[in-house]
Amino acid sequence: MRQFSYSRPDTLGTACHIPDHTRYLAGGTNLIDLMKSDVERPEHIVDLNALSLSQIEERPDGGLRLGALATNADTAAHPLVSERYPLLASAILAGASPQIRNRATNGGNLNQRTRCHYFYDPDMACNKRSPGTGCSAKGGRNRIMAILGTSDACIATFPSDMCVALAALNATVNLTGPEGERTVPLRNYHRLPEDTPWQDNILCAGEIVTSIDLPPLGFGPHHTYLKIRDRLSFAFAIVSVAVGLQMGNNTIRKACIAMGGVGTKPWCVPEAEALLAGKTPSPSLFRDAADCLLQGAVTDRDNAAKLKLAPRVIIRALSQAAAGTPQSQTQKTIF
Amino acid sequence: MTDVSVASPCHLRINGQSYSADLPPSVTLLDLLRERLDLTGTKKGCDHGQCGACTVLVDGKRVKSCLILAVSIPDAEVTTIEGLAPDGHLHPMQQAFIDRDAFQCGYCTPGQIMSAVALLEEGHVHTREEIREFMSGNLCRCGAYNGIVDAIEQVVARQQQERAGEAA
Repeated sequence: MRQFSYSRPDTLGTACHIPDHTRYLAGGTNLIDLMKSDVERPEHIVDLNALSLSQIEERPDGGLRLGALATNADTAAHPLVSERYPLLASAILAGASPQIRNRATNGGNLNQRTRCHYFYDPDMACNKRSPGTGCSAKGGRNRIMAILGTSDACIATFPSDMCVALAALNATVNLTGPEGERTVPLRNYHRLPEDTPWQDNILCAGEIVTSIDLPPLGFGPHHTYLKIRDRLSFAFAIVSVAVGLQMGNNTIRKACIAMGGVGTKPWCVPEAEALLAGKTPSPSLFRDAADCLLQGAVTDRDNAAKLKLAPRVIIRALSQAAAGTPQSQTQKTIF
Repeated sequence: MTDVSVASPCHLRINGQSYSADLPPSVTLLDLLRERLDLTGTKKGCDHGQCGACTVLVDGKRVKSCLILAVSIPDAEVTTIEGLAPDGHLHPMQQAFIDRDAFQCGYCTPGQIMSAVALLEEGHVHTREEIREFMSGNLCRCGAYNGIVDAIEQVVARQQQERAGEAA
């Protein structure tokens, strides 16, 4: 690992004012790995862990605020999360491993980088890592790459499970930076690659995620996080689907869906959610929703299978959520 | 705000003993343990957080020591495999790994045992499936997984027997 200087500020105001070539350190589970691979080469590390940002607390509107520095493990195990937002707890437990979740933070989860093989290899062309060098994934070994939201410059997926659930839950992200505070919907937090794939999200220099807010609606048993991957555990999604349904009289009152593993960001299509609202659950309705969610998908050399797999996962996830039988993250049989 | 400097202060308690030094901030907890403190029970496998051979406890929680900067956990309590049996008596999990043939080459074993000890505290030990899921951060290239789950189940069963005995 290259050498760098290190500081550990204890106020947000100090932490927001940083020199060039600085990276913020939270749990470090992605950043340290990228530094060892020589993908990230910061000259300064500003460690955020002295800031008091690890609270999980109820909001006046009935929602929940998740501190940016609360660990993924503590968040998933928190009674207010596991009882009121089981979709979020399920998605967190579907990701990484217990040791990683004990260090990885909620803010860090939002800001993790892609796991595209070419991004991780400094000898390969990659517009996300080295702007202007090209995209080795296009036409390369791209079985794991995205089919939605891609551009000529980049086809890398955004790897988070947690953010897929946060997108379905319509969470908002609270930021503090040199210019003050602002709040951004999670669905607008990550950027499409377009012709600037090195910008993963809308964060400005010196801006820090301080917390994530969940609206009151948690969906009770009518949710699921269904994740298909190459092995049963500790692997990134090939396709994943987070669903929350508000049900009444066997009718879908409100539907919230997001997908992972297929998009360059957590993938949401409001038209698909609108299409489900007010309808009685049925296989043909779910097939229509899947078609709508996957509209505009573009496959490359090796990832056409995702286009066959994704509708099946969407339909199965919607069926699980409608029946109130969410996918277990321990007993892996899919019903 | 801590001064920006090349070497940064590091204060830890490791297996009950205080440790203080100024370290380059790039030194990981794993490299501190192995290269500077000769605590070589903790193993370096992939060095990228994927294999679990470097698992230790930090403030009682299992973590991958290869992904932690030693200077970034001030005053933390670190427990390594050497700290499980300070007086020479094996920890029940260590004994169970021997009893149930839970390893072949042994390289992943310290990480497996540290992870299993933390798993007991976490309580995700109700079924074999649950144990396997919550041990998924520790790889074993020899494929001793069945023995590892057997060993964990043995310790769980003995703990339950002891609790039942105390209640009776």
